[in-house]
Amino acid sequence: MFLLRLLLKNAFRHRLRTGLTVLGLAVAVLAYGMLRSIVDAWYAGAEASSSTRLIVRSATSLTVPLPLAFAQRIRVVDGVSGLSWSNWFGGVYVDPRNFFPQFAVDGPSYLALYPEYVLTEAERVAWLRDRRGALVGAQLAQKFGWKIGDVVPLKSSLYPGNWSFTVRGIWQGADAAADEGQMLIHWAYVNETVRARSRRGSDFVGVFVLGIRDPNDAALVAQRVDAQFRNSSAETLTETEKAFQLGFVSMSEAILVALQAVSYVVIVIILAVMANTMAMTARERMPEYATLAAIGFPPGFVARLLFGESLLIAVLGGMVGVLLTLPLASAFAGVTGSLFPGFRVSATTMGLQAAAALAVGAIAALWPAWKASRTGIVAGLRHVG
Amino acid sequence: MSTAPPLIRIRHLSKSYRRAEQTIPVLLDIELDVQAGDFVALMGPSGSGKSTLLNLIAGIDKPSSGTIEIDGVDIATLGERALADWRAANVGFVFQFYNLIPVLSAFENVELPLLLTDLSARERRERVAQTLALVALQDRADHQPNELSGGQQQRVAIARALVTDPRLIVADEPTGDLDRATGEEVLALLQRLVSELGKTIVMVTHDPKAASRAHRMVHLEKGVLVDEPSPV
Repeated sequence: MFLLRLLLKNAFRHRLRTGLTVLGLAVAVLAYGMLRSIVDAWYAGAEASSSTRLIVRSATSLTVPLPLAFAQRIRVVDGVSGLSWSNWFGGVYVDPRNFFPQFAVDGPSYLALYPEYVLTEAERVAWLRDRRGALVGAQLAQKFGWKIGDVVPLKSSLYPGNWSFTVRGIWQGADAAADEGQMLIHWAYVNETVRARSRRGSDFVGVFVLGIRDPNDAALVAQRVDAQFRNSSAETLTETEKAFQLGFVSMSEAILVALQAVSYVVIVIILAVMANTMAMTARERMPEYATLAAIGFPPGFVARLLFGESLLIAVLGGMVGVLLTLPLASAFAGVTGSLFPGFRVSATTMGLQAAAALAVGAIAALWPAWKASRTGIVAGLRHVG
Repeated sequence: MSTAPPLIRIRHLSKSYRRAEQTIPVLLDIELDVQAGDFVALMGPSGSGKSTLLNLIAGIDKPSSGTIEIDGVDIATLGERALADWRAANVGFVFQFYNLIPVLSAFENVELPLLLTDLSARERRERVAQTLALVALQDRADHQPNELSGGQQQRVAIARALVTDPRLIVADEPTGDLDRATGEEVLALLQRLVSELGKTIVMVTHDPKAASRAHRMVHLEKGVLVDEPSPV
């Protein structure tokens, strides 16, 4: 009890110093958490991937479409349990800053392959019946205030012209990882419109989405699919959905590495600040520690005082940092919207924030505690802080 | 002359420090006896080794050679932990600059040595109250050191030195930071501890007037005891 009482009094002896140190630690922990969460959001698409879905795209480039006719050959490949397709629509809703992904998909087969998009049966049927209908994720609907029945105008550079789609369903993600920031429209409607304007460009898909029975067969099924089109004019590259998503992430790898590095640099910086604070504290109080030792308190007592004070400050700063991360993340998600769908602070991140704060508190006290325990009583009593 | 064995018995005590390649002798072959209930003043010019001798007697420094027997225990042979325990039970410290813990009240400062004992909280409270009353500071128990005068702080320090009822009190320039009148009060208190409570006090001072309060003056020069004048 005395030890706790003394370290509490000591921790707040210099209120300004302690307050600023707590603030610095809180900001560092907050920054660490936000940067980690941004990196996590970048990988969110990959994390949301299903192990029973493969993506088939052109081996040349993702921007090169594949003939729809490939579907018949892919469907019968051993191990394939479901097949759908998708085209990136690339539309602009009012202002280019209102970016969100839109995919033209084969409705029934696509919904079968994405059970994590949870709809009511009425919404599903309504969408399937309306060729100009759209399904939107709940986060996207909330961002723009869309309701069932609202008409969404889009202008696409890939499919020139003015388009409009009626919201027929709003899906909820089955779990936190599921993407609620997209819009799905009917591939058939887009394809017919393209064909009507010009036969060129019709009956092509961006990617095929396959369902497989056994995740362990992913590599084998992928090989079988690609073997179908080897040495053809449109060779395919089949990969797991996770690998496909990570391909996008790898385009930003340098940024992600930099963000991760900065997140740790921030912690190292605050560690240096904390270590300096504790070193100053120990220097100032050397005569007090020497007095305690002279009275008969063991050397471990002084070390416990220093560690306790450092950990107390670290816990306070860490708590403030973690608590501030949640509202800041919420505000960030609101501002970035569909750029980082499903942006959130994971339990792992909060755990790492707390661990970082504790590690800073423990490490910062190491040198001062060691120094204090090595300083003799006589030298300590003579010390001028 | 007393026939009882001395409380403090020092034989062939030497202390030196190493500075880089040099060995600097501070105390050379000291022999000294202090009887229980004695009040001894260690005097000498600056650098004579008087504070070093006091530190060795107090058990907060170790000799290079020789023995320091205090109440039959050669403290020079004790390990660090055993020495800390010995100090807690046997020695009270009074420093020139009081060395009170600034964030603790007078009560809490005096209580510090009792935290190393097995006394209950109630017993500790009673003992601290009695000791503060002894130094006439019972109404200042809740005050922090920065709310006390220099003389009051030194009295709190004396109370802290007394609270475990040690046989030996060591005082390093206890009046060095006080004005004359306050210093006289402190010295009078130390004398009372000897005459009324039977404490043994070894005090370092460079002030002849302070030293005159002691029963005996011991002079050091360049680390060596010089002839002692007769006891007062």
